[in-house]
Amino acid sequence: MCKNALTEEKFRELDSYVDTLPEKHGMLISVLHRAQGIFGYLPKEVQLHVARSLNLTAAKVYGVVSFYSYFTEEPRGDHIINVCTGTACFVRGAEGILKELENHLGIKSGQTTPDGRFTIDALRCVGACGLAPVIMVDGKVYGRVKTGEVTGIVKEYAEV
Amino acid sequence: MISRTHVLVCGGTGCAASKSTEIMAQFEKHFLAKGIEKEAKVVKTGCFGLCEKGPIVVIYPEGATYANVKPEDVKEIVEEHLLKGRIVKRLLLGDTEAQDVARSLENVGFFSRQLRIALRNCGVINPEVIDEYIARDGYAALGKVLTKMKPQDVIAEMKKSGLRGRGGGGFPTGMKWEFAAVQKADRKYVCCNADEGDPGAFMDRSVLEGDPHSIIEAMAIAGYAIGANQGYVYVRAEYPIAVQRLRLAMDQARGYGLLGKNIFETGFDFELEIRLGAGAFVCGEETALMTSIEGHRGEPRPRPPFPAVKGLWQKPTILNNVETFANVPVIINKGADWFASIGTEKSKGTKVFAVGGKINNTGLVEIPMGTPLREVIYDIGGGIPNGKAFKAVQTGGPSGGCIPAAHIDVPIEYDTLIALGSMMGSGGMIVMDEDNCMVDIARFFLEFTVDESCGKCPPCRIGTKRMLEILERITQGKGELSDLEKLETLANSIKQSALCGLGQTAPNPVLSTLRYFRDEYLAHVVDKKCPAGVCKAMMTYSIVEDKCKGCGICAKRCPVDAISGVVKLPYRIDQGKCIKCGVCMDSCKFAAITFK
Repeated sequence: MCKNALTEEKFRELDSYVDTLPEKHGMLISVLHRAQGIFGYLPKEVQLHVARSLNLTAAKVYGVVSFYSYFTEEPRGDHIINVCTGTACFVRGAEGILKELENHLGIKSGQTTPDGRFTIDALRCVGACGLAPVIMVDGKVYGRVKTGEVTGIVKEYAEV
Repeated sequence: MISRTHVLVCGGTGCAASKSTEIMAQFEKHFLAKGIEKEAKVVKTGCFGLCEKGPIVVIYPEGATYANVKPEDVKEIVEEHLLKGRIVKRLLLGDTEAQDVARSLENVGFFSRQLRIALRNCGVINPEVIDEYIARDGYAALGKVLTKMKPQDVIAEMKKSGLRGRGGGGFPTGMKWEFAAVQKADRKYVCCNADEGDPGAFMDRSVLEGDPHSIIEAMAIAGYAIGANQGYVYVRAEYPIAVQRLRLAMDQARGYGLLGKNIFETGFDFELEIRLGAGAFVCGEETALMTSIEGHRGEPRPRPPFPAVKGLWQKPTILNNVETFANVPVIINKGADWFASIGTEKSKGTKVFAVGGKINNTGLVEIPMGTPLREVIYDIGGGIPNGKAFKAVQTGGPSGGCIPAAHIDVPIEYDTLIALGSMMGSGGMIVMDEDNCMVDIARFFLEFTVDESCGKCPPCRIGTKRMLEILERITQGKGELSDLEKLETLANSIKQSALCGLGQTAPNPVLSTLRYFRDEYLAHVVDKKCPAGVCKAMMTYSIVEDKCKGCGICAKRCPVDAISGVVKLPYRIDQGKCIKCGVCMDSCKFAAITFK
């Protein structure tokens, strides 16, 4: 799990970003975006660090982290599988795709497999409604997915 | 250097998912191989709108439109079309049987009934090259406004055009600008709402991806009109391509002196910044969006004071959505009278809809206001697939409602949709057929609002949750007749008492389905049946005696021993034991098991 390690190098990278900001006031969300980009998630240590560098309370930072669904406090899997559950995908059977995926990987939406390989997330609309139902693995969009194809798609990433 | 042939390839999110990036690379490779790289040019454009048939490749000057192109088709297109001048007929986009002529986009049924104002450059120009935008009159409106018009003239023009907000409420844009313009303050702000949260709508993403400069130009115009020198674009983090193209466009505009200090050397300064959303639907609400730009939890605040008086950082602020802004440069260039001549008396101009769900041509369509719904569904959308019956169309997303088949001839404008209990919203249009259960659709939307409620006000936080519990009960076959009344009472009190637009409109999907599809609710609560065959709890697996050969495989596979019988005679399912897993149906080789 070394990729999730909170190395000093990563904290320095975050600090140098914060230092470039002309104005720190109101930049909490932008800093958290950058922090999640660097660390992959926002554990307590990172939140406290952000609070200190922006001169905010820890409660304030935690309040924002917990409010927005984009921010996560748990480490994520190597591959993130997003299932679009927007309306267009819903009427074309997205729930069945999500269930199949959950059964196949043995985890629920929002969870990560014990080996740290996969995370499943339900996502509200990636805006590719023309291709519904859609799943997105590590940013790559798969369109018109059928329940029978789910296992095959996961397999593409199992070795990588 | 002018190329003889232009190959336009869609680079929108939908087509990129169907390998359009690889197609572009293939074209360049084959141009080189054939030595025509100086005559032919690949142009990466924004979304053409017809995502269903993507990736789309259009070749000019012939105007041949190829659909569902695969990377391996590129060699044939280059050799046949570009070298020998023979159109590759098998790939042509056609909506009739006679697919033998190359038609320009305008002559394909999907496009011929559209009028593209907000989407004018999407699928036409390369969004990553500012010169292509300028060649299509880009930044001419900003130049005209800064050199020839006073701020109050701009506002008067916007008011005269009749443009109303395209993000949901339909508030007149000119009036909003005027409210902010008359405020006295040391700083004012222009914000662009690109936090497209309505699941099923993606026109804002397409404009940002396909024509980002139009938003920059419009925001600068708005800044001049109200006296603001700073703008913010609040865009979803889920739209990485849009964010990247907008950043690039801003850098290019700064390089040309069209953004930043002393624009057009008129002394007018306007700066723009991007703020990323972080996955909260409520941030599409104007006060919540501003709270989020300030770096806080995106909770709405009570109005008044309205943002035009006290908005971002407590300063006068206007907020318009992407599509609204996309109309602004055209109105300035072509005049308010021209714009006002399109559409209906109370709804001027055009509206972009993201048509999806059970329809043949899913994609983005821009139509004049007042176009009948039937035309969108059948003439542009190509009707319902698989010979199914059209049941309803859902507009306005989680804040809207369903329009049933009986009202299919309604002209689409702000007020007619509201009269039907739905709303324009941001333009999501999800088509449903006979296989969709309306109670389940209502439950889906309520689940969405419960999930996205920020929790600040109790009517929304608690009320929508209670409504969802009732709907879940109904879809599980445990509903009672009195539940329908409870739903209506709760819905009406939430509408009246919730703090912001999210809560006030959250009950709409329930109220509108109760209004038009009450019989379906009754079937669920009285007969304990789901007519569309969606709500599993009310359906049962059973064995058709005539078809059952008595092989016994289903009984062996059943995990709970619910199936019994004698070999070679029809088997039976004990409904008391059945857990509805469906294994029996999958294992039956004679299709003797039904689920209804």
